[in-house]
Amino acid sequence: MTDSPTVRHHGSDMFEGYPVDTADTAGDQAVTNYTINFGPQHPAAHGVLRLVMELDGEIIERVDPHVGLLHRGTEKLIEYKTYLQALPYFDRLDYCSPLGMEHSYVLAIEKLLDLEVPARAQYLRTLFAELTRICNHMLNIGSHVMDVGAMTPNLWVFELREDCLNFFERASGARMHSAWFRPGGVHQDAPEKLLVDIGEWCETRLPKLFGDAMSLVIDNRIFKQRNVDIATVSKEDALAWGFSGPMIRGSGIPWDIRKSQPYDAYAQMEFDIPVGTKGDCYDRFMVRVQEVYQSARIIKQCLRDMPSGPVASLDRKVVPPKRAEMKSSMESLIHHFKLYTEGFHVPAGEVYVATESPKGEFGVYLVSDGSNKPYRCKIRPTAFSHLQAMDMMAKGHMLADTTAIIGAIDVVFGECDR
Amino acid sequence: MTEFFQNLGLSYEWAWGLATICGILLIALPLMLAVAMIIYADRKIWAAMALRRGPNVVGPFGLLQSFADGLKVFLQETIIPSSANRGLFLIAPIITFTVALMAWAVIPFNSGAVLADINIGLLYILAISSLGVYGVILSGWSSNSKYPFFSALRASAQMISYEVSIGFILIGVVLFADSFNLNQIVRVQQGHGLGIVNAFGFNLLLFPLAVLFFISSLAETARTPFDLTEAESELVAGYQTEYSSMSFALFWLGEYANVLLMCTLNAVLFWGGWLPPVDWAPLYVVPGWIWLFAKIFFFFFVFSWVKATVPRYRYDQLMRLGWKVFLPISLFWVFLVSGYLMLTRYS
Repeated sequence: MTDSPTVRHHGSDMFEGYPVDTADTAGDQAVTNYTINFGPQHPAAHGVLRLVMELDGEIIERVDPHVGLLHRGTEKLIEYKTYLQALPYFDRLDYCSPLGMEHSYVLAIEKLLDLEVPARAQYLRTLFAELTRICNHMLNIGSHVMDVGAMTPNLWVFELREDCLNFFERASGARMHSAWFRPGGVHQDAPEKLLVDIGEWCETRLPKLFGDAMSLVIDNRIFKQRNVDIATVSKEDALAWGFSGPMIRGSGIPWDIRKSQPYDAYAQMEFDIPVGTKGDCYDRFMVRVQEVYQSARIIKQCLRDMPSGPVASLDRKVVPPKRAEMKSSMESLIHHFKLYTEGFHVPAGEVYVATESPKGEFGVYLVSDGSNKPYRCKIRPTAFSHLQAMDMMAKGHMLADTTAIIGAIDVVFGECDR
Repeated sequence: MTEFFQNLGLSYEWAWGLATICGILLIALPLMLAVAMIIYADRKIWAAMALRRGPNVVGPFGLLQSFADGLKVFLQETIIPSSANRGLFLIAPIITFTVALMAWAVIPFNSGAVLADINIGLLYILAISSLGVYGVILSGWSSNSKYPFFSALRASAQMISYEVSIGFILIGVVLFADSFNLNQIVRVQQGHGLGIVNAFGFNLLLFPLAVLFFISSLAETARTPFDLTEAESELVAGYQTEYSSMSFALFWLGEYANVLLMCTLNAVLFWGGWLPPVDWAPLYVVPGWIWLFAKIFFFFFVFSWVKATVPRYRYDQLMRLGWKVFLPISLFWVFLVSGYLMLTRYS
């Protein structure tokens, strides 16, 4: 044993900054931690997450999340688009809950414009925001269950996700990237039959299929063993790390922007905020499961109370006129032409609007210089602040727990990397 | 069969050799066919439980899917990672596959229909199934890649842990049957339960062992919820990560041959093997191998069923179950069974 152990570096400085024991220990093997790359090409990395993990056996010593592999420069691109043209970018942030992303953006514009949104539009938005929540939670619950090894429930809840996507298609024409919420309201009214079908779906298919799928996992001993007491986050920690959404509610803090700063029709809705008691992965999972039922409750109230009337503001400086009007009214034709060439101007100012997206607080900080394009649009993603706590949550757990933790974070990289 | 070849004018040695080779082919070729069909069955069962259709394009009802897959992997290029240990890397799948076939030598398909009717058949199976872990360890180590290495470590620990309790479970059966010979074990089961049921499983003293053995066989073949060695949400594809084409297919075939073997052992050791379920004369009209195949398929269905429903254990939980639950129970049961036999049979 004359040679000191050498550590091979694959690539130039891939693991630079990680402790490598190169001490010349005569007779003893220098023991270094096992460093593995979890992702970006990993089936449980939920997209392109890269975790550089330092392991002691199977125990995690340190996790270093590397983000940015899906960075598309959305914020910068938005600065070069008119307000309306920038809207579809939001669909592509968190592509699992597109309408939730649009919601923050249109609310921010409306706040800057000081625009009144008709009641029916508010109800429609609330309804579809909740449908988006169900749609998102179906994906997350399914993939969380799959991350800990159960394959079947995922496909069962995907049936429901498929239903949601079909509803989006019937409302907007697109299954995922709807671009349906517009400044001032929604693009088009939802067909009456669609609303009836959604109501029926909430009464029958959703509780049945979702209940069936959950009966396979909620009380399953193996599922509990894999999730209970994993990545416990205390109330203080949850606040300190900037958690939001089901992550902070899982830790027992009833923080929900829909209740604390209600927007659209949420003030009229009656619903409960499910909270966890321990703050572990199981609590986060159960919070999401309960939120699905609460969302169904909100949807039913929306359908019950939905008023009739216009579905978008009648301010023709912002919302384009009906096509029929353009045929007879010169004024309408001018409005239409101006809106689809130049877009609308937004008074100078800045605003931060956050909504309770399915994954947590999704905020848009919009700065306007009075022109037709945003001067700056800062997006506050939900997963970014959750992911930074990855090291805190995973430390001391085992390799297999990482997947449960990532599943419970509900991370989508379109939004995290922007 | 030896006599048949001797009648053709061959000496006894040559005739015996030829007869054995024929016997091996008679078992191995249908076994390969069975593995192909059982992979198809697995996918179909799983798909039905997941509200999917499963393979339905190649051939009628997708029956030829496994053969199409086989052809596909056969035509693919074998990629050997540059930093892998070439020799071991290629030997590993061969070991897994060969060992998976070897154990079938002592399986009785009907009364006396067995390739090697040795009196320590059960010990032979234990020895062979212990060898199987070498394929996994060698593949994980020789790949020189991090995830396969993890998988190899897990596999070695897992298989060794569960083989300990399997050994103790089998002692219970051996004590009751008074033999290590599998044919003999089946024969003893005739009318064992209440004088009419042909199964050890109906003995209240042996039923818990049957349950333990079934769960251990899930662990032994690394099926859900014990599929830690190839847990795709943690270890990508485990020890198979770096394998491609036929070397990958050999693992696949070996794994399913092992699953079939464990299903067969469940049937033979606890549920009457080639005997009909009930000791009733008309049932003996049906050939024994049909009863055995029906039992094998039943256990395979349960294997698939379990795979479709339960999540996966974590490594430490798996170890805890093996060493702190299964081992003490099976050890205690050895004591219980031998005590019972001392009081009744040998006093």
